[in-house]
Amino acid sequence: MIEIAYLTKTFRKFKALDNINLHFERGQTISLLGPNGSGKTTLIKSILGLVIPEKGTIRINGNEVKDNWEYRSQIGYMPQIGRYPENMTIRQVIKMLKEIRKDCNRYDEELIEGFNISAVHHKTMRSLSGGTRQKVSACLSFLFSPDILILDEPTAGLDPVSSELLKDKIIKERTNGKLILITSHVLSDLDDITTHIVYLQDGKLMCYKTVEELKKSTGQEKLNKIVAAIMQKNYREEYQLHENNY
Amino acid sequence: MKPVLLLHIFLLYAVTWSFATIIKVHPAVNSIHHAANIAHSGDTLLLQKGIYKEHDIVISKKLTITGEGFPIIDGENKYQVFIIASDSVIIQGLQIQHIGKGSITDMAGIKIVNAKCVTIRNNRLINNTFGIYLQNTTRCNIVNNMIHSDAKDEINGGNGIHAWKCTHLSITGNSISGHRDGIYFEFVTDSYIAANTSFDNARYGLHFMFSHNDTYTQNTFKSNGAGVAVMYSKGVIMCDNEFVHNWGDASYGLLLKEITDSKIEHNRFTKNTVGIHMEGTTRVDVRRNIFQDNGWGVRVQASCSGSSFVENNFIGNSFDVTTNGTMMLNTFNNNYWDKYDGYDLDKNSIGDVSYYPVSVYAVITEKIPPAMILYRSFLSDIMDQVEKVMPTIIPDMLKDDHPLMKKLKL
Amino acid sequence: MKTIIKYVLLDLLKNKTILVYTFILAAITISVSGIGDNASKGLLSLLNITLLFVPIISILFSTIYFFNSVEFTELLLAQPIRRKTMLLAEYAGIAIALTIAYLVGVGVPICIFFYNLAAVILIISGLFLTLIFSALALLIFVLFKDKTKGIGAAIIIALFFILLFDGLLLSFIYSFSDYPIEKPLLGLISLNPVDLARILVLLQLDAAVMMGYSGALFKKFMGSATGSIYTVICMLCWTIIPLITAAGIFKKKDI
Repeated sequence: MIEIAYLTKTFRKFKALDNINLHFERGQTISLLGPNGSGKTTLIKSILGLVIPEKGTIRINGNEVKDNWEYRSQIGYMPQIGRYPENMTIRQVIKMLKEIRKDCNRYDEELIEGFNISAVHHKTMRSLSGGTRQKVSACLSFLFSPDILILDEPTAGLDPVSSELLKDKIIKERTNGKLILITSHVLSDLDDITTHIVYLQDGKLMCYKTVEELKKSTGQEKLNKIVAAIMQKNYREEYQLHENNY
Repeated sequence: MKPVLLLHIFLLYAVTWSFATIIKVHPAVNSIHHAANIAHSGDTLLLQKGIYKEHDIVISKKLTITGEGFPIIDGENKYQVFIIASDSVIIQGLQIQHIGKGSITDMAGIKIVNAKCVTIRNNRLINNTFGIYLQNTTRCNIVNNMIHSDAKDEINGGNGIHAWKCTHLSITGNSISGHRDGIYFEFVTDSYIAANTSFDNARYGLHFMFSHNDTYTQNTFKSNGAGVAVMYSKGVIMCDNEFVHNWGDASYGLLLKEITDSKIEHNRFTKNTVGIHMEGTTRVDVRRNIFQDNGWGVRVQASCSGSSFVENNFIGNSFDVTTNGTMMLNTFNNNYWDKYDGYDLDKNSIGDVSYYPVSVYAVITEKIPPAMILYRSFLSDIMDQVEKVMPTIIPDMLKDDHPLMKKLKL
Repeated sequence: MKTIIKYVLLDLLKNKTILVYTFILAAITISVSGIGDNASKGLLSLLNITLLFVPIISILFSTIYFFNSVEFTELLLAQPIRRKTMLLAEYAGIAIALTIAYLVGVGVPICIFFYNLAAVILIISGLFLTLIFSALALLIFVLFKDKTKGIGAAIIIALFFILLFDGLLLSFIYSFSDYPIEKPLLGLISLNPVDLARILVLLQLDAAVMMGYSGALFKKFMGSATGSIYTVICMLCWTIIPLITAAGIFKKKDI
């Protein structure tokens, strides 16, 4: 569904993405992991066409992303920080996006109902708490039932109940055959929903494996332990590399 | 024997008087020429309506020529029409048109040469090079004529009323337009110009050269190429005139050059590029005039001295006063300035602080005209404000120590 | 495109800054128009206000708005929309909002108090300045990543056109006063939309003074039909060129 080949992006001298090759398919939930500045957000933005890569290609359903914009109708995006025009009400924001997405007339309003957004419909975006804004962002990303969902830190700022609701929704959509990309710092939130893990460091792809494989190779059950094991292994390898050089 | 002689003398007179007949003239070849030839001094030629194609009609007798229903005498764009060489001739009610253009002589509709007491009244002079041309005349009256032409430029056109070396003229109630100069005076003294309207002339509405002790009053000068020019004269009295809408890059309401001991009173200068431009004037009294909506109210060159501006209203001019020098030998007093923002604490209707009518930008543009392109920009406003706090460019003598708080009723 | 314009407008018309801007403009206009017995004096004051406030407020407000809505822009760009469409729609929304503010604040009172050709030209000039300076703000937005730098650039640009440019021009006039510089001046003045607007209005108001001396050349050219068309074309260029440039840069920009 998403094919990424030799993707490279440099900001000034800083290599944000270095020769990344990835292949995602329907029915996967991919957790993008890595320390700060490892290139997670850049990767997401490249897929969305917000960042223009300098080398390599991204194909979605076989069509190249570059200089193309129609493909984005298949993607639902939930940004890390959701900020909206201050004086618009929630109702207006939802209505606006519906008007922009005239191509879609089948709305998935499950989350809107789940979060009980209609109770705060009339509030302006300025007056909302960070959590509520996050809920709005989540609702908007699922609203047009896209085939691909890209969620950047979806659970940050959400209360536990809403967080669970969102996770259930993610699992449900995956079983419906959708592709879901998630970045999160709260690894425990990803535990039950992830099928694959992509680990990035310094713009390089360190690991792309299924959770099952990792569980087997590291002997750990929990995601945070698994990740710690990967990091350790990387560290060790790097250390050895370092040693060998001298 | 003596009474008989007296009787004879009386009879002689009576005979001449009794022969003062009216000769009716109809349009025909040379009919005016013929009539003027056969007429005796004191006769009246009564021109009937129609078109007379005659030219160079010399009137050397004391005749009255009257037109009925504005008979047309046509110069066919080649010739001139009347040449008056006798005293006391009266010409009235004629329409004289299409005078030619002479390269040697100035061709005019009516030319008066070396004569006295000639009256030209109620005529129409249309599309002539010169309208009425007075040369070395005394006590002539030019009254209520309509003089119109369509001179395109200064070089080819002639003047509406042209007077050279005359005295005691009276020019009243004429309407003059489309000539080079509306009224032109050169070496004309002790004359009176009143209630004329001079407009749309290519150069000056009124042009004075070396003409002393003349008065002009109640005239309107409007939309002339360069306004009114009074030059090299003394003792000129200008009052109750209107100078309106004389616009152009070299246009003035009133241009004064080398004028001495003259008065400018009760005039109205409205919407001229420059209200009054003064150059080399001495002792000119400018009193109780209104300067309104002009580009520059008055421009006083540094060569002027001893003039005074008293009790004038300055309203809505872009620049009230400007000068090109740093010295100012003329005085301003008791004027009303609409830009004055001082106060009057003692309530005597006179502002307590002096008013400096020259703005810094006026001085700059006087020196470097293209700087006008920045006029009224934020920059020029700042410069004006700075100058107010720290005067450096403006001549400090140029001020009104007694600015009025209220407009004068003029 | 229409949708985005509509919603940006909906948001901006409730924006406090816009409301305050409108209100201040209206208050100044009404107070200036009310006092003073002659109309051209009032219009001149309004001209000064327009030339000073409109560029500064337009560029500053737009710049801040663009930078503040960067996350929203991101969200919209994740939708199937062309970048150019999105950017121009956002510009259109803000330009329309500022235009409405100017029309309500200055346009309507002027029409009530004066209503003559000069007033109409003043309104048109003000509108152009609004469009031009919000377009410049858009250019700043796509050129700078950092909001603070962007606002700094906006202030510098506004100051440059309001004051610095004229200062440079004046020193140019001073140093070349011995040469016939009227024609080059006409060319140079086209480089500053604020000056263009000022001269366009002055030709209607202070025409007498513009007629004098070398003013005659300016009047002859700028006052003629050709001159007016030229000025309007210059103003249009000042609007369109920043927009096209901004759209071009935005196409390749990483957000």
